[in-house]
Amino acid sequence: MGMTMTQKILAAHAGLTEVKAGDLIEAKLDKVLGNDVTTPPAIKVFENMGAKDVFDRERVIMVPDHFTPNKDIKSAELTKCMRCFAREHNTSNYFELGQKGMGIEHVIIPDNGLIFPGDAIIGADSHTCTYGALGAFSTGVGSTDLACAMASGSTWFKVPEAIKVVLIGKPSLYVTGKDIILHLIGLIGVDGALYKSLEFTGDGVRELSMDQRLTISNMAIECGGKNGIFPVDEVTLEYIAKTDPDRFARKEFTVYEADADAEYSEVINIDLSEVPLTVALPHLPSNTRPASEVKDMKIDQVVIGSCTNGREEDIRTAAELFAGKKVADGVRCIVIPGSQRVYRKALDEGWLAIFDDAGCVISTPTCGPCLGGHMGILAEGERCVSTTNRNFVGRMGHVKSEVILSGVPVAVASAVKGFVATPDDM
Amino acid sequence: MSVKGKVFKYGNDVDTDVIIPARHLTSADPTHLAAHCMEDIDSSFVNEVRSGDIMVAGENFGCGSSREHAPIAIKASGISLVIAASFARIFYRNAINVGLPIMECPEAVAAISKGDEVEADFDTGVITDITTGETFTAKPFPEFIKRIIDAGGLVPYTKSKTEA
Repeated sequence: MGMTMTQKILAAHAGLTEVKAGDLIEAKLDKVLGNDVTTPPAIKVFENMGAKDVFDRERVIMVPDHFTPNKDIKSAELTKCMRCFAREHNTSNYFELGQKGMGIEHVIIPDNGLIFPGDAIIGADSHTCTYGALGAFSTGVGSTDLACAMASGSTWFKVPEAIKVVLIGKPSLYVTGKDIILHLIGLIGVDGALYKSLEFTGDGVRELSMDQRLTISNMAIECGGKNGIFPVDEVTLEYIAKTDPDRFARKEFTVYEADADAEYSEVINIDLSEVPLTVALPHLPSNTRPASEVKDMKIDQVVIGSCTNGREEDIRTAAELFAGKKVADGVRCIVIPGSQRVYRKALDEGWLAIFDDAGCVISTPTCGPCLGGHMGILAEGERCVSTTNRNFVGRMGHVKSEVILSGVPVAVASAVKGFVATPDDM
Repeated sequence: MSVKGKVFKYGNDVDTDVIIPARHLTSADPTHLAAHCMEDIDSSFVNEVRSGDIMVAGENFGCGSSREHAPIAIKASGISLVIAASFARIFYRNAINVGLPIMECPEAVAAISKGDEVEADFDTGVITDITTGETFTAKPFPEFIKRIIDAGGLVPYTKSKTEA
């Protein structure tokens, strides 16, 4: 019996030649990570269990990004707890505000060269599945799993079965990775990939930049997926050659491919040329519609950013579309570059000036409004078009506020028009 | 071991944002989290829940964010067991890790109503709706998960391994 790409990575990390769906295995981890919300409880568990040291000071990554810059005293205590732990254990991958490599965890971690193909990663953040874009196995866990992995460098997994997602064709103008993943979630539902891998394949993959792939893998969790993984190709190799040239030169990574006779629970074919600009209406990411069908919905706010859509390509696309345009009266548009590096690029390229001229407000990198933390909370009855990843009840603020998920082009067009719109409407 | 209590019932796709909204995540103190548990979809829950009560919900319970604060909030609110048709993957791990008992049983979920008195036996997996007299059997846990549960959670389990 052949193995999927995910199964091969898991087998290698468990020291086994073969695994099959349903096997429970103990796997070694290349990286473990947490943020300012999930790491402090993990530190408490770590200390309560009597652990002395982290398993490897270079493989434990901590990123304060959810409530940072600290929104109040309690959140300041959370980051302080994490910062002190990082200093005490002399970990080399604690990222502080303002550092060049700082920003939202799932934007900066691949960008800082910390993830390579074939790696196995867990993170106490559900969007840790982002790194599947690089041909790595990565998945989200809770704080106790993080604590145990920080101490032991390993964790247990149930080997998942997989859904094969065959991408063919080329996306239409303005259609992004976000539209593709929303389209898929709409097809299979928020539990359509529960406990399973999404394995993307097909000729359409080569049409997708790394930033697009990162967006797609990022939202694998929104259909219940354990991970969402892409094959390794020239796009991947070019990306990692840039993010860590030394490791790339040493060839310290393994490219896994699914066996031809790997077994899949389901095969889904998506012709990218037929994927429309897509939005997800309240209150589930699976509640998708073509953006062109919901154009009359008036909005109060637009958020462009997050671990889903805060990368360089996203912010560049936003700037290109905003050039010479104005945010509609009565709409607040918040642009949040996902990292310090993206922010600087936006500064150097003049994108920030375009946003400012358009009437947007520009924020320091933070998860902020995505999870209703700060920097753009919604009042009762308000509606926001957002490039973030969840539109659950109360996610961005008041229990009677609404979030409509979209890609960057629809978000910009909506900001300019004052209601859900596509770039053709501008 | 068995538990008995009154049922609070919810639908499909109950996400961790409604179990405990992110605005309350600046503290992981169980008492603080319990005070806000479920408030965005059921504002009366925290006032009505009594120690030992049972939560029953549909498919994909605990989807969304990986916040372990969610099972901690439910456990600290007094809920003794969550029965769902299915659980989201990360919530499933987190519940076992923090010692919140969970059972997967779509048949029980379909039949049990809000306010019913329900008893569940963790050893046999038998769920009894005392109000209606119906009984159901939950899916058994895999052996490996049972070992974690028997050890008292992931921390004692990991400890027993690293010290061995």
